[in-house]
Amino acid sequence: MATKLLHAVVSGVLGGGVYALMAVGLTLIFGVLDIINIAQGIMVILGAYLSYALSVHLHIGLFLGLLITVPAMFVIGVVIQWAFIRPLSGRDRTSMSLLACYAVAIIIEGALYWAFGPNYVTLTASYVTNSVHILGFYLPYIYLYGFAMAVALVIALYGVLYRTKFGRAIRATMQDRTAALLVGINVNRVAALTFGIGVAVTAVGGMVYGATSSGFNPNSGYDLISRLLAIIILGGLGSIGGALAASVLMLTLESIVDIWSPTWAVAVFYAALVLVLTLRPAGLFGRQAARAQ
Amino acid sequence: MTVNTTLGRAVGAAILLAVCAVFPLVVTNQQVATIGIDTLIFVTAAVAWNIFSGYSGYISLGHAVFFGSGAYAAGIAARDWHVTGGAEFLLLLLGGVVAGLIAVPFGLIALRVRRHTFVVITIAVFFIFQLMAFNFSFTGGTTGLNAPFLLWSPVTFDDRFYYVALVIAAATVGLSWLIRGSKFGLQLRAIRDDEDRARGLGVRALRVKLTAFVVSGAITGLIGALWFFFIAEALPQTAFDPIFDLTIALMAFLGGLGTVAGPVLGALILEPGQQYLTQQVTNDYLAQILLGGVFLVVILLLPRGLIPTGREKIASWRARRRDAAARLAPPGDAPAGGPPGAGGQPARHAAGQTPRGRSL
Repeated sequence: MATKLLHAVVSGVLGGGVYALMAVGLTLIFGVLDIINIAQGIMVILGAYLSYALSVHLHIGLFLGLLITVPAMFVIGVVIQWAFIRPLSGRDRTSMSLLACYAVAIIIEGALYWAFGPNYVTLTASYVTNSVHILGFYLPYIYLYGFAMAVALVIALYGVLYRTKFGRAIRATMQDRTAALLVGINVNRVAALTFGIGVAVTAVGGMVYGATSSGFNPNSGYDLISRLLAIIILGGLGSIGGALAASVLMLTLESIVDIWSPTWAVAVFYAALVLVLTLRPAGLFGRQAARAQ
Repeated sequence: MTVNTTLGRAVGAAILLAVCAVFPLVVTNQQVATIGIDTLIFVTAAVAWNIFSGYSGYISLGHAVFFGSGAYAAGIAARDWHVTGGAEFLLLLLGGVVAGLIAVPFGLIALRVRRHTFVVITIAVFFIFQLMAFNFSFTGGTTGLNAPFLLWSPVTFDDRFYYVALVIAAATVGLSWLIRGSKFGLQLRAIRDDEDRARGLGVRALRVKLTAFVVSGAITGLIGALWFFFIAEALPQTAFDPIFDLTIALMAFLGGLGTVAGPVLGALILEPGQQYLTQQVTNDYLAQILLGGVFLVVILLLPRGLIPTGREKIASWRARRRDAAARLAPPGDAPAGGPPGAGGQPARHAAGQTPRGRSL
């Protein structure tokens, strides 16, 4: 029992690292553009399928393939922002942008079904099938590698946000768009690049997700986005630290519940969300501003 | 002019209703009849969605919760109580009541937050319900529910569904129209325009929003139950379908969010179009891609919907004609516009005439 619990905690924390990466992308996009990218879930799956296509058809390793998929997803993100998000304005922008992202999501989903079919696939490599024996249980290497990479990327994102001029421009735009515009920040460029970065991290998240999950198909995007949404709302919209904490917390909680009831483990996410919001409508780490209409 | 417009609209609605009523008598093709029933179901769902989301400005992407709950409530009742034949239609009311009851706690949680957070909560609740439909034993799990076999002759099979759906759709549109003109509807739209100010002026915001949410949910549940008996099967992924949420929102957006006729027009255009497309392309995935594409085009090119845009075009055309007439007339004449005939109903005037303003 103790081993099981330990295993659950370890795999929860490791999985939480990967979710944190995807959730940070989502919450960054929210902070800068004031929209929720509902398409983030299907983009993770798109990233996973890109890795899948590269490894199956071109025999490019999963980690090496990221050198191709990350820039590709970045470009997709910038194009989507430029074509569908940027033109939206006016007082209905909030709902419009949500619906636009939703529409993008179902287009991508349909395209993935068309290209790859509804069958479940997995990403395979030697480090996916081989495991390391630690603390009395077996853990595939990919969990460790994926976690290490996710942590490194989150740290890199933090570095960019807090140590570079561009990061300062992003944070300024998050705080006050008009003021940022007044001090000479090219807000449109910041928005496009942020959307690109937020989507680019899904290539990494998708690869690790595809390798650690028991299989994915185009429909898996719904499961992912609902978890990611729960995470960023729990963490407080626009709060990067909150997204990190909520990812690890929720994934650990889920894998602990999973010991008793695998079917209901995912319900933990939503139950926690409902519970937290009844007590604290702004989320765990959110500012009250997230509520203002 | 106001009287004229109202009369015109009433005549238009009556003609539309009459055309819908004789439609199955003229067109007896089975496939077309099926599309007709589907369309009426979506007209009802889109109008019901608009009663809450369109008037209050809170975009719900969780109305499939009500649709699916209505379908499952009616299905479970029919299975456990062995209801057959015409008595089934009584279960529609049960579907509506169950969905309405679900809307109360759902609304109490979700309506405490606004904007993005609200939308996300509705999506999260939606996924909880889909998960429950998949995992509980009384819902039949992944195999779902089957409707009892109907003992009617196949010749009149569709007709009954058609007329029941037509009555529900017409009643829903009527209700939407009544709400829009009422004090309650005005309060809802005040919340949409500026919730804090509306509260300051004495609108009990939560109560008003919750009432609209429950009404909207109950109607969606009612029509969900009808859908279940018509399709004769409910699966977790078809009764709780994320595309359903998107489709009804798209219908309302296409026609004009927050107008009475908008969602009707949107559903009348989109649902037959989609059904036709599915039959033509015979590729579900392509149909899905096209739906998304249409949605993006609507959002980018017609962000305010067909009816408000059309109304604006007509108004500007009239104004131009009036200007031309004024220029031709001798300068002594009063301008044709004149003071608004505020006569009998100032409140309704304020409510009904805003479309010329911002995005109604």
